Amino acid sequence: MSELDTIGFGLFIIVAAVGGAAVLTWFERRLLGVWQDRYGPNRLGPFGAFQVLADMLKLLNKHDWVPPFADRAVFVFAPTAIVVAMLLSFAVVPFGPDLYILDINIGLLFFLGMTSLAVYSVLLGGLASNNKYALLGGLRSAAQMVSYEVFMGLSLMGVVMLSGSFSLRDIVEAQRDLWFCVPQFIGLFTFMIAGIAESHRLPFDLPEAEHELTAGFHTEYGGMKFAMFMLGEYLGLLLICCMITTLFFGGWLGPWLPPILWFSLKVFALICFFVLLRAAIPRPRYDQLMALGWKVMLPLTLLNLVLTGAIALLLEGV
Amino acid sequence: MMETLFYLAAVVALAATGLALTRANAAHALIYLIVSLLAVAVTFFLMGAPFAAALEIVIYAGAIMVLFVFVIMMLNVGEEGITREREWLSGRNWIVPGLLAALLLLELVIALRHAPTTTAGVDVTPKAVGLTLFGPYVLAVEIASMLLLSGLVGAYHLGRRFIVRRERRGGAS
Repeated sequence: MSELDTIGFGLFIIVAAVGGAAVLTWFERRLLGVWQDRYGPNRLGPFGAFQVLADMLKLLNKHDWVPPFADRAVFVFAPTAIVVAMLLSFAVVPFGPDLYILDINIGLLFFLGMTSLAVYSVLLGGLASNNKYALLGGLRSAAQMVSYEVFMGLSLMGVVMLSGSFSLRDIVEAQRDLWFCVPQFIGLFTFMIAGIAESHRLPFDLPEAEHELTAGFHTEYGGMKFAMFMLGEYLGLLLICCMITTLFFGGWLGPWLPPILWFSLKVFALICFFVLLRAAIPRPRYDQLMALGWKVMLPLTLLNLVLTGAIALLLEGV
Repeated sequence: MMETLFYLAAVVALAATGLALTRANAAHALIYLIVSLLAVAVTFFLMGAPFAAALEIVIYAGAIMVLFVFVIMMLNVGEEGITREREWLSGRNWIVPGLLAALLLLELVIALRHAPTTTAGVDVTPKAVGLTLFGPYVLAVEIASMLLLSGLVGAYHLGRRFIVRRERRGGAS
């Protein structure tokens, strides 16, 4: 692609990702309704699809208010950090053999770096609000996200070992014979859990658990600033599904259909699965969440790493 | 083009570091420090060390600084902390650290003038970094891992003692 094409494609991805995240809010509520035996938003337009527009109008009409006791500059900056970090991560996702913005030999590390920067949004939001609940929510999320980041990176190292590259295109190409979800099923499992925890969605949404912390780190936020937090969360969901597709389910690879369609189908199926998780699994207690991270998931990823390394070495020796 | 970008990132890094030093509000200072680290990552990337740039973001900006902010939140210093910090940052307290830093800067400038060659423009791939780390520098890696292990054991010990003491107190009452 020429430079101009790349810029155009980048703009298209931004619009598509933000639009996709907006539609996702409605889609998730409808799907939750199906699985929990209720309707969900079904009034506006066909199947209630215009609910997104109504929500957007409502959020835009809200008074853009900063509490007088808040740290103004940081308060305004915090919600933008997560959206920017998430949108930047989409730059390294290969949507098809030629459909990508950036193909660098540190693609995977770029993704990890951006997700680790997204933590600041929640942290600074909680700190700047100058509110006890927000502070507690921010503290919780910091501990949760840093703990889960540790094995999020480690769980992907098996994939890197098998493909021999950090470039996401090379990783997809390496899955021509066998998708990595088969040899790396432990990695897939741990990465999925870490992904949910990183985007702090239910069942891992303890930073904003409303029954204990009113709304956690975004207690003081309203209007479009609150919408930015929500947008960041849904972009995170979209991004995690794109990454799982790329890393474990062969990205754009598949017979008959065009590559971009395969990619979209896989991402769509994963999103449905994530919504199902939200519908089916109750929220754990906070100490249970941390214990799960450090005492179960981390040893599991280390075991996966050692086994993958040993098997790779054995196969190479033969 | 690359050169302009490099100097731009360098200016951002210097300005952000300066602001990080002079802010009275600890949270603001930390945000500037994060910006400075990101700018340093950009300069690394432009110099042809993408792996170092990625690690700078993942480890320094993404993990260590998060813990710094975490501590700031735990302490929750507030207004009196800011006024105290402002007192510490004023006037005479700058002289000695300023002199020492100037000395280091002078040393750096002299060293750079006598440096034999620059490495700019040579692309260092992640693989090359890995081969060097686990080849000639494997001893350093082992020592670092030993240090981290001792830190881990120490943290475990501290946390454990606290829990046992609390349990005993609970049993007595």
